[in-house]
Amino acid sequence: MTIRKPSFLRWLFAQVTANAIVLFARLVTAVRGVWAGADPVAKKRVYFANHGSNGDFVLIWTVLPPALRSRTRPVAGSDYWLTSKLKAFIGRDVFNAVLIDRNTATRTEDPVAQMVEALDGGSSLILFPEGTRNVTEDLLLPFKPGLFHLAKARPDVELVPTWIDNLTSVMPKGKVIPVPLLCSVTFGTSLTIKDGEDKKEFLARAQTALADLAKEVAE
Amino acid sequence: MSAPSEFSTLMMAVLAILIVATVVAQFLKLKLGAENDVIENLIARINAWWGMVALLALAMLGGKAGVVILFALLSFAGLREFLTLTAKRRADHWALVISFFVILPIQYLLVWSNWYGMYAIFIPVYAFLLLPIVVAVHGDTDGYLTRVAETQWGLMICVFAASHVPALLSLNIPGYEGKNVLLVAFLVVVVQLSDVLQYVWGKLMGKHKIAPRLSPSKTWEGFVGGVASACLVGAGLWWLTPFSPLEAAGMALVITLMGFFGGLVMSAIKRDKGVKDWGHLIAGHGGFIDRLDSVVFSAPIFFHLTRYFWSVA
Repeated sequence: MTIRKPSFLRWLFAQVTANAIVLFARLVTAVRGVWAGADPVAKKRVYFANHGSNGDFVLIWTVLPPALRSRTRPVAGSDYWLTSKLKAFIGRDVFNAVLIDRNTATRTEDPVAQMVEALDGGSSLILFPEGTRNVTEDLLLPFKPGLFHLAKARPDVELVPTWIDNLTSVMPKGKVIPVPLLCSVTFGTSLTIKDGEDKKEFLARAQTALADLAKEVAE
Repeated sequence: MSAPSEFSTLMMAVLAILIVATVVAQFLKLKLGAENDVIENLIARINAWWGMVALLALAMLGGKAGVVILFALLSFAGLREFLTLTAKRRADHWALVISFFVILPIQYLLVWSNWYGMYAIFIPVYAFLLLPIVVAVHGDTDGYLTRVAETQWGLMICVFAASHVPALLSLNIPGYEGKNVLLVAFLVVVVQLSDVLQYVWGKLMGKHKIAPRLSPSKTWEGFVGGVASACLVGAGLWWLTPFSPLEAAGMALVITLMGFFGGLVMSAIKRDKGVKDWGHLIAGHGGFIDRLDSVVFSAPIFFHLTRYFWSVA
C-alpha cells in the first residue's frame, strides 16, 4: 500500500466530517457501548462484528473512546468504497479504512497481508467476517476464512466479538433514510487462536462466540 | 412572551426543593456510605433533576417557541424509545420514516399555529388511516395488524398525548392572558412531584404492593401518601392557575391519578416487551418515557378539562 500524505485542508475536512458522522449516528440511534467482557483499553485488537447495514462500522467507531477510535480502522470492500469520489473520501480520509478487494479473480493485493500490515502499523481493526451484509432471517452468515488467516498470522492479537444490535431496523439494506431507533454495541470476551486449531474449528468457535453474545444482548 | 412574575416565585421554590434534596442525599451518603445502591441511584436521580429543571425553565423562558420545541424533541426521543421495542419488518420502513419526519413535525406545527380542530384529530384520524395504507401497499402481511397497531400506539402516546402539554399555551382563558405557560408549569410540577412523593413515601413506609407483577416498587402506602401530598401541593399552587384552591386540588387529583395509571400502563408494556427501562439516556431514571409516562397520560385530560370549563373559543 502506498502511503499518502493528505493536504492539511483535506485532513481538517475529514476530521470535521468524522465528527459530523458521529454526531449524526448519536442523534439517530443514541448508541450505547456496552463493555461486557473486553475493556475499552488501547490494545491491538480485531473487533469482529455482525454486518447488516452500511452504518455498522460507524456505530462501533462512535462508541469507541476517541483515543481508541483514532487508531481503529475498519476493513471494507474497495469494490464498494472506491466507486465514487465521495465514497472514496469517506472510506479513505474519514475512516482511514483498510480497503480490500473482495473479488478473488481480479485482485492484485492479498487482503490478509493488507490487514496484517495495518496491525503491524499499530492499528486495531474492525472486521465483518460474514463478508457481506446479512439480509436473511438467520442470525449470522457463515464466516469467511479471512479472520482465521489473520489470527494465524498474528496469533497474539485479541479478537473481540462485537454485537451491533438493531441497526438493521434503522437502515435496512437498500434504504436511504434512517429510522431513529435505539442501538447498542456490545463487546464480548476476547478470544485468540489455539495452537494447532484448524480453520473449521476456529471459525466455528468465533461464530459461536458472536452468536452467544447476541443471545446475551437479547436477554 | 416573557414569563409572568409567578414563574420566578415558582422557580425559587423548585430550586429550594432541589437544594434540600441534594443536601439530604449527600448527608445520607456520608451516613450510609458511598457503596449503597439506593443512595447512588437517588443521587443520580437528583442530579438528573437539576438538568431537567434547567431545561424546562429555559424552555418556559423561551415562551411558546421554547415549550413547543422542547416537547417536539421529547416526543422524538420518546418515539425513538417506543418504536425500538415494537414489532416491525422491512415493509414498515416508510411508515416509520413518515411517523418521525412527517407526522411528528406536522403535529407540533399544528399546535404551534393554535389549530385546535386539526391537532386534536390529526393523529387519531389522519395518521391512523394513512399509515396502515402505506404499510399495506408493501404487501407483507406477517403480523400486519400488530405492526400497524403498535406503531399507531407509539404515535398516540409519544406524539399526540405529549403535544397536549404545549397545546395548553393555545387556550384562551379570560383574565389569564399571557400566563398560560404557568399551566404547563402547574401540570409538570404536580405530576412530577407526585411521582417523587410516591417514591419517597414508598421508600419510607411502603409495605403492600399494588401491582407486584407490573411494577414492584409501587406500594399502597406510596400511592396514597404521594397522591394526597401532591394534591395538597397542587392546591397550594392555585395562584399559578385560573383555578380556585379547591379546583386546583381537584385538578391535581385528576392529573396525579392519571399520572399514576400512566406509569402502570407503560410498565405493563415494558414487562410485555421484556425490558426494565425504556432507554438509558437519563442517568438514574432510565429513558425519556420512564420520566414522561405520567405527564403524557395526564396532559390530554388536564388540557380538555381546562378547555371545557375555563377557556373561550
